[in-house]
Amino acid sequence: MALDKKTVEYVANLARIELKPEESLKLASQLEDILSFIDRLSKLDTDNVKPTNHILPIHNVLREDQPEPSLTVEQVLGNTAHKKGSFFTVPKIIE
Amino acid sequence: MELNTLTAVELLKMIKSKEATAASICERLKKRISEVDGRVSAYVRSEDLSGAGHDSVSLPIALKDNICTEGLNTQCCSKILEGFRPPYDATVVAKLKKQAVGIFPLKTNMDEFAFGSSTENSFFGPTHNPWDLERVPGGSSGGSAAAVAADEAIWALGSDTGGSIRQPASFCGVVGLKPTYGRVSRFGLIAFASSLDQIGPITKNVGDCALLLNIISGYDPKDSTSVNIDVPDYTKSLSGEARGIKIGTPKEYFVEGMDEEVKDIITEAINKLKTLGAVSREISLPHTEYAVPVYYIIATAEASSNLARFDGVQYGYRAEANDLLQMYKLTRGQGFGQEAKRRILLGTFALSHGYFDAYYLRAQKARTLIKEDFDRAFEEVDCIVAPTSPTPAFKIGERADNPLKMYLSDIYTISVNLAGIPAISIPCGFTKKGLPVGLQIMAKPFNEEMILRLAHAYEQSTPWHTMKPKL
Repeated sequence: MALDKKTVEYVANLARIELKPEESLKLASQLEDILSFIDRLSKLDTDNVKPTNHILPIHNVLREDQPEPSLTVEQVLGNTAHKKGSFFTVPKIIE
Repeated sequence: MELNTLTAVELLKMIKSKEATAASICERLKKRISEVDGRVSAYVRSEDLSGAGHDSVSLPIALKDNICTEGLNTQCCSKILEGFRPPYDATVVAKLKKQAVGIFPLKTNMDEFAFGSSTENSFFGPTHNPWDLERVPGGSSGGSAAAVAADEAIWALGSDTGGSIRQPASFCGVVGLKPTYGRVSRFGLIAFASSLDQIGPITKNVGDCALLLNIISGYDPKDSTSVNIDVPDYTKSLSGEARGIKIGTPKEYFVEGMDEEVKDIITEAINKLKTLGAVSREISLPHTEYAVPVYYIIATAEASSNLARFDGVQYGYRAEANDLLQMYKLTRGQGFGQEAKRRILLGTFALSHGYFDAYYLRAQKARTLIKEDFDRAFEEVDCIVAPTSPTPAFKIGERADNPLKMYLSDIYTISVNLAGIPAISIPCGFTKKGLPVGLQIMAKPFNEEMILRLAHAYEQSTPWHTMKPKL
């Protein structure tokens, strides 16, 4: 499958990653190589096969809604310099 | 004999009989690290060794940089998690502490977010293979494997999503086990691909591996994919008895692409198993050729979703920007390395509108076929035996610019994760250049006991696990 710089930039925007122009070019050619290798899957007949999204037969795990000890606000905010009171701060979103 | 060269089982006995203390073991490890880690680089952020006060009351363990430890730097060897100190312990860490295993204050090197097979994708630079410093230690748990091989750690934990415990264990001549999916809690393991990831032991021999598996296994309410079944005492599997074990060799594995020396060494190892009483036959895993493509769709799709949380808001690196969207994009553009970007983009693409059916859904269906191959094989045999890697350790830089070639390093390990089964890599010989080769043994889900029994019997009758690199 052909993958151009424009597609890479489109996908990079979906993934919220800013790429330098030379990065987009290099990634386009590398991803194209990888995708053409992956394309061997298209010759496999999967028509009547069920997809596996989880290898074990798992089910929802429920528990009683009992309060349990959790992290304090200080612990939660402890890994950022961008905070005010008990909040994380980010660049202004609305004018 | 220096304390750092002994196994955990030996040292625990010595601590009990007061021939050694945990403090003396720690001191000896620190000395060894100061002597050799400048060349090996198994550990990262070595400034943490002087800063952190280590509670020297127990036998220490080295942990991969993606396993959360309260208050101790953990950053998946990525710039984007710079300075991150988890406010809690991973469940495996809590279990270790409960068994009086000390957490060594340095973390081991890895490919960024476990994306790689060589440990070259670390923000901190590569780890060097203790057997040949010009070569990679494998990856992504290359730091843990190199630390154990170089006697810079007694034992270690790694994580395995497509071979990241077994392949470095093979390259470094140590023992590495990927447990069954669901055997070990992943709570506190920074996620890469949630349907594949497992934490597992990297040790000097099979006995230490069984002991460590005893400690870390078991159901955890904090990880709803962990399975609530009894944990056996794995050390009881070490009977030395291989008689009657039915082993299968997949014909699809012994084809072009395998290094000739590796092939000879593996063949000899299989012959050894036969002389120990194992019964060998050829089996078929017909969908083997699809494992690598399936893996690189599923693993990257899951990774692109898991890594969405690294946005600069709550922890780690943040780029300065005037608006929020640009802050996200610059943070991620500057914070992730090349391989992380490659995988996030590949995964995002595979999940994107118009491509989902052709890539992700098709890969999930092919995964079913790969799993069924193993189900059928295990109706006939107890264990599947294969090389861990098609080649011994390659040179640093050799595959760095060819991601596809790097991905093919994992050709024998990836199917195991897709099928969710357990597998071990144990040392089974050396090439003429003196590079270790690993033998991989796989078994049915939750039958780690069978793997350990066969691996231990092999180990008892061979000298490979006692060999040490000259550093």
